[in-house]
Amino acid sequence: MSDLPLIQADRAVPPPAATTSTGGRGRRLRLLSRTDRVVITLMVLVPLLLVVGLVWLPAVATVLLSGTDWDGIGPVGEIDWVGLQNYDNVVNNYPPFGPAVQNNLLWLAALFVVATPFGMFLAVLLDKEIRGSRFYQTALYLPVVLSLALIGFVWQLIYSRDQGLLNAVLGTQTDWYGDSNVNIWAVLFAAGWRHVGYIMLLYLAGLKGVDPSLREAAAVDGSSETSTFFRVVFPVMRPINIIVLVVTVIESLRAFDLVWVINKGRNGLELLSALVTSNVVGEASRIGFGSALATIMLVVSLVFITLYLFTVMREDRR
Amino acid sequence: MTATGIREPSVGTAGRPHRPVRPARVVLHLFLGVVAVGWLFPILWAVLTSLRSYDYTARNGYVSLGGWTLDNYTTAWKTAEFGKHFLNSVYITVPAVLLTLFLASCVAFVIARFSWKLNIVLLGLFTAANLLPQQALLIPLFRLFTQVPLPEWMSDSELLYDSYWGLILVNVAFQCGFCVFVLSNYMKALPHELYEAAMVDGASVWRQYWQVTMPLCRPALAALATLEVTWIYNEFFWATVLMRTGDKFPVTSSLNNLRGEFFTDNNLVSAGSVLVAIPTLVIFFLLQKQFVRGLTLGASKG
Repeated sequence: MSDLPLIQADRAVPPPAATTSTGGRGRRLRLLSRTDRVVITLMVLVPLLLVVGLVWLPAVATVLLSGTDWDGIGPVGEIDWVGLQNYDNVVNNYPPFGPAVQNNLLWLAALFVVATPFGMFLAVLLDKEIRGSRFYQTALYLPVVLSLALIGFVWQLIYSRDQGLLNAVLGTQTDWYGDSNVNIWAVLFAAGWRHVGYIMLLYLAGLKGVDPSLREAAAVDGSSETSTFFRVVFPVMRPINIIVLVVTVIESLRAFDLVWVINKGRNGLELLSALVTSNVVGEASRIGFGSALATIMLVVSLVFITLYLFTVMREDRR
Repeated sequence: MTATGIREPSVGTAGRPHRPVRPARVVLHLFLGVVAVGWLFPILWAVLTSLRSYDYTARNGYVSLGGWTLDNYTTAWKTAEFGKHFLNSVYITVPAVLLTLFLASCVAFVIARFSWKLNIVLLGLFTAANLLPQQALLIPLFRLFTQVPLPEWMSDSELLYDSYWGLILVNVAFQCGFCVFVLSNYMKALPHELYEAAMVDGASVWRQYWQVTMPLCRPALAALATLEVTWIYNEFFWATVLMRTGDKFPVTSSLNNLRGEFFTDNNLVSAGSVLVAIPTLVIFFLLQKQFVRGLTLGASKG
């Protein structure tokens, strides 16, 4: 039975599409009873309907709605098509848009330039066999188990103007969450605090998977630890580097909870995600306009999701 | 949390060459020690603040010692009705996690067991769904949820909107992707001979899934369950926008309502925060291995 075609003998050469009854595929399908075929179909179909219905169709609908002036009232048939007018309004007639894009980019830059490299650096340090490594690791990724909303609260104890630790220690009177000149930095610090632990964990797992003989070979050749890392280990870790990059981008695009618990993303804490939300559940229900904002988020994230999928699937096939 | 279980590196027989000399080690430990304490500090500070009375800290400032009390916890528990909100979190988290694992394992099994050409598309559809920004899908979902009627015994709003069912479904839809990705990788690593033997015995596809594959996936399922419980418990966005009745909010989203009530009393805020954090912290310390394994199994999750 070893050449039973149903078994994945060779994943690199997948058989042709299902349902055709020609060639080998037909013989394979006949090996399955009718009940089995129904079971397989259900096993895929039920979850697929859920994900398509609640994720992918809404994603398509968002893009379609962004070309309309629908206010959410009245039948769908009466929706007017307005082309790119919403995008024009978003960019040119919507004061919070500029700050939101700026804050999203700032978020990305802070995570990408500071938090992510620091997390990677800590992972490299913890990858050495040192005493107490478990304690250090635990301390670093403890914030990862807390929700971002909760982190907003925990850091309020430090940032609060009258009762916060920071002002008590510095002798200042800054309202760290309320002052629109400084609050984005205060929030970024808290977000980075959590991000570092997460990246450290991902990267540490990646480092553990690097073939030790590579390092040994480099050491035998007289390479220093630093140059071994940059010339040998880092390039080998290309897939995990890409995953870390994509995780960082997506996290900065999806950032929401923290600013929403602080002030619903206003007064210095504008983010695209918060603008979309307040355009829909807030006082004004501007569907088409909100959808244009959402589409912008969607398009940017899809670029990086695609990059991610290519990376993990290629790994997968190896 | 100590060094137990970690291999003691003995000088000379080191696994890796070029082991740094002692002083470098001391600097390394100092650095890591400072970072670790710095990282724990905000959490410890919250615990410390929660244990002190408002009057004492108002008089002596927060940078002082004394005024120990547990009153903040009882007050926070009562004012914020944590009992009710924790129960709401249970109503949402438990079914959502079980359903996610069940549905995801079904898809993962088919992807790993049979090699259709569509597998890669399926895997992509599921995995990418997990990474999309949720706010970008809010508008159609919000409209959809306010249009779908439910019988009154399922939801007193008689809509999918503002019901536990809606939140369970939306959490399952979003979390399935990550689990499908992890489980299909895990299942692909199982030996094919298992299925050959099962087929010789005439086992149906369902039996191959339920009685052959699933028991072997227990470690991965345990890791994912731990992770999903913390994620769905921590979920903030969907509950905030798809729920209206304050009484039905799960505990993470009810935080938002508490903020107004506690605004002037940081000792109460911290007691509330610690209460909300306790379930995830307990899970984390009891099932730390599972938690970490889950995260790194996929080495993904945006």
